[in-house]
Formats: sequence, structure tokens, C-alpha cells
Amino acid sequence: MKEFEEPFQIIAPDGTCRSDLDPNLEEDALLNLYRMMVLTRAVDTTSVILQRQGKIGFYVPSTGEEAAQIGSAYALEPSDLIVAAYREPGAAFLRGMPVERLYHQACGNAKDLLKGRQMPSHFGDGSVNFVPASSPVGTQIPIAVGAAWASKMKKDGRVTLVYFGDGATSQGDFHTGMNFAGVYRVPIVLFCKNNQWAISCPFSKQTASGSIHIKAMAYGFEGRQVDGNDVLAVYVATQQAVAKARRGGGPTLLEVLTYRIGPHSTSDDPRRYRDQAEVDLWKQKDPIDRFRIYLEQKGLWCKEDDERLCAEAEAHAKEAFDVAENTPMPPVESLFEDVYETPTWNLKEQDEFARLKVGQT
Amino acid sequence: MPEITLLQALSQGLWAEMERDERVVLLGEDIGHAGGVFVLTKGFQEHFGEDRVIDTPLSEGGIIGTSIGLALNGLRPVPEIQFVDFIYPAFDLIVNEMAKMRYRTGGQYSVPMVVRSPYGGGIRGGHYHSQSPEAYFAHTAGLKVVIPSNPYDAKGLLISSIRDPDPVIFLEPKKIYRAVRGEVPEEPYMVPLGEAKVTREGEDLTLIGYGTMLHVCMEAAEAVEKEGVSCEVIDLRTIMPFDLDTILGSVRKTGRLVIVHEAPKTCGFGAEIAAQVSERALLSLEAPIIRVTGFDTPFPYSLEDVYLPDAASVVRAIHQSMNF
Ligand SMILES: Cc1ncc(C[n+]2csc(CCOP(=O)(O)OP(=O)(O)O)c2C)c(N)n1
Ligand SMILES: [Mg+2]
Repeated sequence: MKEFEEPFQIIAPDGTCRSDLDPNLEEDALLNLYRMMVLTRAVDTTSVILQRQGKIGFYVPSTGEEAAQIGSAYALEPSDLIVAAYREPGAAFLRGMPVERLYHQACGNAKDLLKGRQMPSHFGDGSVNFVPASSPVGTQIPIAVGAAWASKMKKDGRVTLVYFGDGATSQGDFHTGMNFAGVYRVPIVLFCKNNQWAISCPFSKQTASGSIHIKAMAYGFEGRQVDGNDVLAVYVATQQAVAKARRGGGPTLLEVLTYRIGPHSTSDDPRRYRDQAEVDLWKQKDPIDRFRIYLEQKGLWCKEDDERLCAEAEAHAKEAFDVAENTPMPPVESLFEDVYETPTWNLKEQDEFARLKVGQT
Repeated sequence: MPEITLLQALSQGLWAEMERDERVVLLGEDIGHAGGVFVLTKGFQEHFGEDRVIDTPLSEGGIIGTSIGLALNGLRPVPEIQFVDFIYPAFDLIVNEMAKMRYRTGGQYSVPMVVRSPYGGGIRGGHYHSQSPEAYFAHTAGLKVVIPSNPYDAKGLLISSIRDPDPVIFLEPKKIYRAVRGEVPEEPYMVPLGEAKVTREGEDLTLIGYGTMLHVCMEAAEAVEKEGVSCEVIDLRTIMPFDLDTILGSVRKTGRLVIVHEAPKTCGFGAEIAAQVSERALLSLEAPIIRVTGFDTPFPYSLEDVYLPDAASVVRAIHQSMNF
């Protein structure tokens, strides 16, 4: 039983590396991974402050989960498809979605690709093959399985990666998606970010099983547990699952162990239900710190580099928000677009009523 | 009598029923240890224990499905769906099982239970934290649907729902959870299901609303009073079975009807009211029935104020009816 194996790890929390497992990425690639993790953290910190100042309505922080997002997204080809939950801004940035787009979406303004129709943290960007999040937990799983199945039917060589949380594994949609993925052997990576909490529900109360990766066995394919705060381990494990999927080897369930350091969202106060001591323990396993030590040990990074990068990332986030803040809201008629490809008579009539309401006619 | 919020009134009602009847159990996501995302069940788990205030895994199908079984086997579950927008994974269990248990078993089994859930817009929640799906459930034989608009009714209707022999969908107007206060007796009491309330008497036009929109109706009625238009306002309170007698009585008196809800217009519950009134009181009508509702679009984020009916839109509809 795999359940008793240690999670796959390459860099230990103290920064020491299993050289036999090191993927030996180029210097540029390593630094790119690090920059993306730092950028994601900076956007988080900035966004939480913006929410407190009332400048955005809501935000879902992903602090502590940067390695899980960045390492996995890096293992994909640009043409591969990501179907997101809502706690993966870093994966979107790595794919090339500009930070500005996240803030356009958070402001719901005229440049928001979603046209102001979703709460903040539901960003996505079709131009980088990143399907926007939908709130209902778990629905993305069978949808992603279907998308991957289409790739198999069309033989387009594309792999789909779907993100979801530990909480999502309790939904019927998880089990249905897993079953179809196994039955049709579709090219998918089912990427479960087990951050130990689903709002106030601890993992120990989410399932009587000690782990999630074990559930793959019952659906007839491989499940694997990965140290989610080790960006190289996440990259290598995802890369192997992607390669297998591309060869026609079918699905893989990755259970990536990490921790939600912040609140569930800016509307949540975790002091109501969890011990700070647990949070502090996980802070010692911080994925960014760990990777920085690794880079420093390789002689690729130093304190001055880090100070400069952190300042740049923070400035980048703030500038991106300033642009979004100064962009006008979507026009009233946009409300009636995209319900169908062509608006129906009732929508046209209601569009007129809406303009009357806001005094545009 | 102390003044409390709608949320506190619901909390009181729930507490009272749990004290009275040990078969009442609560199930839901984040309701126990954390006290609920709206803090409505704060302190419940400490008092009633983990066996009666149950933090479930993240599965609406699990919450509703097992609640049906608990009810089938003698308990009185009150499951919570964190936001009603997330009720759909349990739709099959609600529509095909919970609603039909009495009928399909020839009355041998019944499932008295109350599905509580916050509904409605006006909180910047976008499509997935704003919906008003009452019409789906009103359309389903076997379900009762209740929506309170104020603290007194909220407590009394919740208690009646829990004591009702049939399953009830109890939708709570989350926008006014804390915004509306009112006097509420500390002891338990019942507000009967199926009875609307005339919250303002008038002669010229009938306004029907429920939940958050009742307050929009009241605001509009006050606004047109200054112009000399006297509106009668009806708080529906129970959507199914709705109080047709009160509606017909009022429309026969005023001859004019405007219905307000935030759910989309097409096949919204206003359509049923309009149909019933035109079938039974056509000759009393002096103007077409008007519906002021949300649009036939998904619920938006940035433009939610355009989407939601407001007093000004209701006033326009009143003018339209009066000037017909
Ligand atoms: C179907 C559904 N039920 C409830 C919710 C409310 N909700 C939003 S996120 C969440 C917890 C999700 O936990 P998990 O899957 O572990 O993801 P995480 O938030 O930890 O990233 C809940 C209960 C929802 N969005 N959708
Ligand atoms: Mg989680």
C-alpha cells in the first residue's frame, strides 16, 4: 500500500537537495520559477491590503501554496489546458496572464475578460488556455475530464490539468470525474491541492481516509502524494504525470500536500476555528524560503537579489492594480451579452428597460 | 420586547426548536465549530454537542441525501446549504426524493425536514452568491417554500417549518440578515405557513413582494403616497402554498397589481401569481399586471444595481399602471 510511503520530495525543508532526483533545470528556468512564486506572494499581500482598503470587494489568498501552483503549471506545454479552481493565480501568471488581468477581473471593469460578471478571484484567460474558475466546488473535475477526453478523441496531443482542493474530493463530481477518467483513460492530471482545510473543516474531518492519493487505486489508476511546498518535487511529479498522459497512459491523481496559511478568503477569520500554533508550524515549511535556500546554496541567488526582486514584485502588483482601478466599468448593455450567442427577444426588451433604469435613454 | 436582527431571530428560533425537540439536528458546512459563515449557529455546537450540530464534509448531495434518510428514520433534520447557489448538487435528491417521498410511497413514509439557505443579491456576490431560485422549488410538487422579510416572521415561520409534517425549503434574505431589526418575543411562537401578511393597507394598487424585495415595495409605496397614490403591500411570506385569498381580496379592492421579485422574470414566481389573478379576477383589473424583476440573465457582479429591482423601478411600474 502506497499510503505508507513518504510524500515525493526533492528539496528538504532545510534546502538540501536529493541530487539523484534533481531535474537539473537551467539557471534561467530555476530563477523564473522563483520569480513567479515571489510575484504570486506579492500579489496576494497587495490584494489583501486592497480589500481591507475597500478597493476590491473580495480576494482568495494563496499564500503558502505558491510551489504547488507554479511547479505544476511549469510542467505543462503552453497548448495544454488548465481548468482552475480559484486559488491558483500563480499558475495563471506562469502561463502568461498579466497581473493586470487579475485586477481587471477583481475590479469587474470594462477590461475584465469576464466582463464584470464574477466575484474577484474567478479570473481566467482563454488566450493562455486557462479556463476561469466557477465557484461551485468540484464541478470543474468532470468538465476537465471531458476536455481531456476530447483530446483523446481528436488525438490533438493536449493534456488537461485540473486543480481542486481537499474539500472538493467529498463532492460526487470528484468521484464521477475520477471514474470516467479511469474508464476512458483520458489524458488528464487530477491535481488535488490538499491545503489541510476547507474553510473551517480540517482534512481529518473531510474524509476517514488518511490520504487522498489512495483513492485513485479504486478507480484503476495511479495516485501519488507529493510535498507541495517543494517546487521541484511538484514540477517533476506533474511532469511525469503529463508525459504519461501524453503517451496514452491515462490519468494520474496527484495529492499535493501544502497549507493554506491565510484565511479561506478575505471574508473569513480562521482564528474562529484553528490554532495559530499549527499555522506557525507550517510557516516554517514555507515554499518560497525553501526554494530560496536551494538557490542560494547553488550560488544563484543572494540577499540583495532577493530584496530587489521583492520590491519589484510589490511595485508590479501595485502598478497593475492602478491601471485596473482607473479603467471604467463595463457598459450597461454588456449585461445582456453572452447569455446566448445572439440575444433573444426578451433580453433585447430588458436591455431597453435597463437603459431606461440608468437614465441612458 | 427586545429588538433583534433577522439573523438573530432565526438563530433564536432554531435554538428554541432544538431545546424543545431532541430529534432536531443541524447539518452543514462550517456550521458547528466555526458557527456558520454568517455566524448564525454560533454557540450551538458547544451547547447541543457535535451529534446534533454536525459539521459535514463538503457535499451538498451528502448533506441533503443523508438528511432525507435521517428524516425517514424519525429525526427532524434542518440541513443548511451555505449559499443557495450551491444547492444544485442536491437537486435530484430534493426534487425526486425529498419532495416525493410521501407520494411515491403511498403515504407510508414522509420526510419532515427544513432545508435552510441564504439567498438573494445585493451583497456584491456575483452569480454564485446571489441567486433566487424559489421558482424551481415552488414548481416541484411536494415542497413548501418559505421566505421571511423581517425578524418576527423569520422566527415564527422557521418554527412552523420545523414542526411541519412536510419538507420545506426555507430561504433567508441574506442582504438584510443584519440590516433589518424588529421586536421579537423571546419565547417560541408560530407564524402559520401559507398566510400572507398585508404590511400596508391601501386603495389604489396592490404591490406583492417577499424577502428583501418586500422592503423595496414598502419604499416605493411610501414614495407614491406623497403623490396621492395609495398602495396596499402584501408580504407573501410563504411562496408555496401561496395565499391566493389575500391576493385576490386585495386585487378586487384595488384593481391594479405590481409584483416584485429579484429572480429572473421569465417563469419567475410572479408569472404564477399573474396567471392566477387573471384566471380568477380579470374583470376586477383596471390595468395589466406588471412584474418588476431581475433580468433573464445570470446574476452579474459589477452591474448588480442595474439588475436588482429598486424602489425607482417599482415607482415607474406604479405610474405605468395608474396611467393605463
Ligand atoms: C458546491 C459548493 N459548496 C460550498 C461552497 C462554499 N465553499 C467555497 S470554497 C469551500 C471550501 C473548499 O475547500 P477545498 O476544496 O479544500 O479548497 P480550498 O478552499 O482549501 O482551496 C466551500 C465550502 C462552494 N463554493 N461550492
Ligand atoms: Mg482545502
